[in-house]
Amino acid sequence: MTLLAVTNVGKAYRSYRSEWQRMARWFYMPVKATEEHWVLKHISFSLGAGEAIGLVGQNGAGKSTLLKMITGTLQPSEGKVQVNGRIAAILELGMGFNPELTGRQNVYHAAGLMGFNVNEINGAIDDIEAFAEIGEYFDHAVRTYSSGMQMRVAFSVATAFRPEILIIDEALSVGDSYFQHKSFGRIKEYQKAGTTLLIVSHDRGSIQALCSRAILLDGGTIIKDGPPEEVMDYYNAIIAQKENSVVEVNTLADGGRQTKSGSGKASIESVTLYNAENAPVEYIAVGEDVCLTIKVKINVELPELVVGYVIKDRLGQDVFGTNTHHLKCVRTDLQQGEVLTYQFRFPAMLGVGSYSVAVALHATDSHIADNYEWRDLALLFNVVNMSKGSFVGLAWIPPTVECK
Amino acid sequence: MFGMLRGIWDYRGFIVTSIKNEFVARFARSKLGGLWMIIHPLAQVAIYALILSNVLGARLPGIDNKYAYALYLIAGILAWNLFAEIVGRCLTVFIEQGNLMKKMRFPRIALPIIVVGSALLNNLLLFAAVLIIFAALGHAPNMQMFWLIPLTFTIVALAVGVGLVLGVLNVFIRDIGQVMPIVLQVWFWFTPIVYSINIVPDYLRGTLDSNPMYPIVAAYHNVLVYKVPPDFAQIGVVVLIALGLMLLGLFLFRRASAEMVDSL
Repeated sequence: MTLLAVTNVGKAYRSYRSEWQRMARWFYMPVKATEEHWVLKHISFSLGAGEAIGLVGQNGAGKSTLLKMITGTLQPSEGKVQVNGRIAAILELGMGFNPELTGRQNVYHAAGLMGFNVNEINGAIDDIEAFAEIGEYFDHAVRTYSSGMQMRVAFSVATAFRPEILIIDEALSVGDSYFQHKSFGRIKEYQKAGTTLLIVSHDRGSIQALCSRAILLDGGTIIKDGPPEEVMDYYNAIIAQKENSVVEVNTLADGGRQTKSGSGKASIESVTLYNAENAPVEYIAVGEDVCLTIKVKINVELPELVVGYVIKDRLGQDVFGTNTHHLKCVRTDLQQGEVLTYQFRFPAMLGVGSYSVAVALHATDSHIADNYEWRDLALLFNVVNMSKGSFVGLAWIPPTVECK
Repeated sequence: MFGMLRGIWDYRGFIVTSIKNEFVARFARSKLGGLWMIIHPLAQVAIYALILSNVLGARLPGIDNKYAYALYLIAGILAWNLFAEIVGRCLTVFIEQGNLMKKMRFPRIALPIIVVGSALLNNLLLFAAVLIIFAALGHAPNMQMFWLIPLTFTIVALAVGVGLVLGVLNVFIRDIGQVMPIVLQVWFWFTPIVYSINIVPDYLRGTLDSNPMYPIVAAYHNVLVYKVPPDFAQIGVVVLIALGLMLLGLFLFRRASAEMVDSL
């Protein structure tokens, strides 16, 4: 069932020669706007029950405007937003809290603002109090709260009633880590019960951990809609993108998408994984000594070069990453045409599974500054368990055990 | 229209708690609490009475109480306070609650209703204080006072009409918010509240007659001070003006509410 259908939605802010002309329009007088500023255009997507979708994009890409139109506080200038069910938004937690009132009074007020009547709130107030876990402070004025306590109460109200669509903006980092786990648990539980999640975040981790799909907004339009890993790669590429650099997406043999971006001042020639016998491998054993070899070609004279890589699991979450800046192997004053071979040797202390390697060439220790080339999924390899005992997880951390 | 009414009904709990919370929050941590709401207008009355009663005291015909001027002032201020509070707060309510309107979806008509509710609550408390003071000054309550109920509603309608029109426009043209306090001051002095109508020179009478607050304040004087029924013909005209303004206000509000959030 489609819970949310956004069809060809656009939003324009119109300005008129004078405000009087704007007002004349309310009285059905034909007045033309002098300027139309479109912040969003041609946005279409739909969400089904229990789906989780991530909304990513740089600041000013139009995420908040889109969310406001979905929640209904802003009216779209064109297109249609169709919502079947109740929307709850964890946009700005603690919105409308009055510091002079107690937590309990504020809960009644906030839940009322969400459209619940006193009877419904009476039925839920004990759960809200229990979930917030702030003890007797619940009946103290909110001005005496720490910001974390305020967040706890606000989150508890916002999610007290299971909505059909839950919008979560940035603020998954609610309170301390204990409460974060707790709120995360509640969100997951709602999702299982059929709530659709719409998550706005810059945090790759939470998008990939929660979402089954992601939408990338840039310059007011959807430029990518697909699996979160692929979308996040593309997003990172955009961030790293400098002037006159290109973003290129190649489809790999296995159907995955490889994203490449950068100015091209230096390029990645090859990325290969060798085993201890110096043979290129695709399958390695847990704990095996391997060597990641990256060949780099210098295309123009460069003052400085840093090579970095990240090993990611199949969900695209970072497992381990470093670069030659941290490894104290920065090369300077490179000539055009030079080819460098970097060899990173390490034991593959990884759990069983499929892994990918992303490689980046850049000027300083951060890939944002001057990005020569960034390549996601530059290499894929699998880790198999041949000699170690059975274990679970992403890492091979062999313990010794004693029992006294 | 029905959508608006249903929205109000669905959010009745929110409206009631908002009015209550506003009241509680305003006086939290003050020793006298809600009393301040009564002290302020009464202090105003006391100041005018002290300064002006000697000048005007003898000129109030048709009443033989030595505190006549004080009674007259209190009656007028009871009416004016309600009007000024609703207009003043409707004027800024959308701007003040702009953040909320941008972030939460709720029927926005609830905002002016909350303003009216809390102004009515304040006025009711002030009225209770007025009754006590009148009794203390030897002016017993009478049956004519029931006219205050329809009169109060007339003031509310007029104030909401003015306030809603200006409040919506103020979102787009902020000068209105700056100029209105001045206009309200002038309006106050052009309404016979601190003076009696018979000291007004003839050439100004016409101006005063076109002031819709004049018949209302006069009716308050009739009912509270002179113990006679109000002049229905005059009040009827005011009711018509008020309803007209209210319709205009609601129309503007409906047409503008989508754009309002864009401009906030």
